[in-house]
Amino acid sequence: MSDITYLPGKEPHPKETRRIFRNINREGYTPSIKCFMKDGGYETLKKVMEMEPADVIAEVKKSGLRGRGGAGFPTGVKWTFIPRGNTKPVYLVCNCDESEPGTFKDRFIVHQDPHQLLEGMIIACYAVQAHFAVIYMREEFPEAAQIVQKAIKEAEKAGFLGENILGKGFDLKIVLHRGAGAYICGEETGLINSIEGVRPYPRIKPPFFPAAIGLYGCPTIVNNVESLCQVRQVMMRGGEAYAAEGAQRSPGTRIIGVSGDVKRPGVYEIISGSITYGELLYDICGGPKKGRSFKAIIPGGASAKVMRCDEVLKGRNPDGSVRKMTIFDVPMDLDSIAQHGSMSGSGGVIVMDDTRSMPKMLNNLNRFFAWESCGQCSPCREGNPWMLKLSTRICEGKGAPEDVDLLKSVADNICGRTVCAFGEACSWPTQAFTTKFRDEFLALTKPINAEKPHSPEAAEARKFLTRED
Amino acid sequence: MSETPNAIEAVSAPIPSPGEQYFPKFKVTPALVKEAQALVAQYPEGKEQSAVLPIIHMIQEKFGYICPESMPWIAEMCKSTPIHVAGIVTFYPGIHRKCPGKFHFRVCRTIACAMGGGEELLAHICKKIGVDPASLTDEEPMGISEDGMFSIEAVECLANCGFGPNVMVNDALHQEMTPAKADKLITFLKKNTINA
Repeated sequence: MSDITYLPGKEPHPKETRRIFRNINREGYTPSIKCFMKDGGYETLKKVMEMEPADVIAEVKKSGLRGRGGAGFPTGVKWTFIPRGNTKPVYLVCNCDESEPGTFKDRFIVHQDPHQLLEGMIIACYAVQAHFAVIYMREEFPEAAQIVQKAIKEAEKAGFLGENILGKGFDLKIVLHRGAGAYICGEETGLINSIEGVRPYPRIKPPFFPAAIGLYGCPTIVNNVESLCQVRQVMMRGGEAYAAEGAQRSPGTRIIGVSGDVKRPGVYEIISGSITYGELLYDICGGPKKGRSFKAIIPGGASAKVMRCDEVLKGRNPDGSVRKMTIFDVPMDLDSIAQHGSMSGSGGVIVMDDTRSMPKMLNNLNRFFAWESCGQCSPCREGNPWMLKLSTRICEGKGAPEDVDLLKSVADNICGRTVCAFGEACSWPTQAFTTKFRDEFLALTKPINAEKPHSPEAAEARKFLTRED
Repeated sequence: MSETPNAIEAVSAPIPSPGEQYFPKFKVTPALVKEAQALVAQYPEGKEQSAVLPIIHMIQEKFGYICPESMPWIAEMCKSTPIHVAGIVTFYPGIHRKCPGKFHFRVCRTIACAMGGGEELLAHICKKIGVDPASLTDEEPMGISEDGMFSIEAVECLANCGFGPNVMVNDALHQEMTPAKADKLITFLKKNTINA
């Protein structure tokens, strides 16, 4: 590791552990196959091709690797959902539609180290015996599309893709398929519909996993970019060694993207659970900007529930006793934050400091969700514009105090009543913001300055404005 | 009531734009057909319809936008129907039915970029290129300057949230944009075109 130098100003923080991001912002590293192979690339694939596919799946299962797209489902278990005795072709799809606001990790992989993804994909395809795979890339990565396309050509030329890979009689074709700017294509069944060339409406569940019925009606495995890179790490280091590192229930490294009001936003790779949110935000990201303090954190992409920084949470000591803590004491693994009512999702941490108006933040998110709703299910299609209307009205200072409750009730009526998880994704922010920052919303429904809710004048005005008056 | 066209007429009606002068007009050539066939061939047999998005991207790259005349041809190439293609074209925000300018700005204004000043940046660039920000609506998200040189669109999340506000100009991403940087960029692009 010590022989690696990074670009000036882009060096990893001492608390980081670069595995997937080993070659990101590395000095002299290009996305070419030459660079990758000099660094030990495709060696893991050679090793894997000596194994039986079932053993590869067993190894990934043993590693306890969990998907990095947001839901955190065990990758190896997902692979075993292909029906037994299946005679149809199996497909593998790499989800590179990274469109959750706050998440920007896959961008670096596909722009700077595409062969890492390809190797992980070939390993995964070999494990599930897929001979046709698709990289579904969002339209907003036109440069990455060219880079990955070139990488596929290089890998084909080097004999890692195409027919009879490494002389082992395994054929694989990888196709790059570009989306066209729709958030819903990140939903796996919507994504499959998009590849099939129909409108990307998410499909009705069950089956809950496209591993049963997916692309062209055949078993399909959909994995996130980072998950597939992690598969490579698992096979490189061995399942047991992988499982031994990091949090017990979510081992391995995680890539965290921090955006918003911190001194040093960016992407950081850490060992899962090795640091807390406090260490991430204060040590790695340098704390709040000058003269400000943290107010709220969205811990896992825009659809995760917002957490107040001054909220007192109940944590458990190793001896079982209860202790008081804040979000800054919560370890950064997949599950810890879920115990406190939010989720770690895709690792996009959005930080807001005390200058931010929470109703405005929610209004922004509501606009996003209203714009991105695919329009298939009525609660989501109609509910989102309603939530946007209500939050806009409140932000403009034209709302009534009852609007805050109405806003939440609209969200409550979308949640759980839609075909896909978008219903939850769009209603969680509203539910959390209106519950946790209720006073701010209520204050805005009174004649105070809607633009500067945190100014001393507004605070002064708010003092006398309570719900009961 | 009867003046409003039905949905099919609305989709197949051309939307004139001053940006068209910077792009060739859509024309089917043997080379184009060959290119489309190569895209279709990527997918398993009998699944030609999968190529609809790749072909749309190819057309958009070459001709700037998806004009009504191209839809039946796209349908023919991927063994689909024109109305199906129209359904795809109208679904995705990344597919233009109106020709963008020579330089197409996509300004992100989702939460992280908005916190960095994305909204103000959008208004600033609009003013700079002579587009009324109020004219950008959900139905017509793209605004274009009179000379067809610049067009602008507010988009949601460009997936570079840590380094906002982000702006994409054609295929290039510009991060940590400021109004001053945007001015410089626009001046550069203007000069660049005259030279070219």
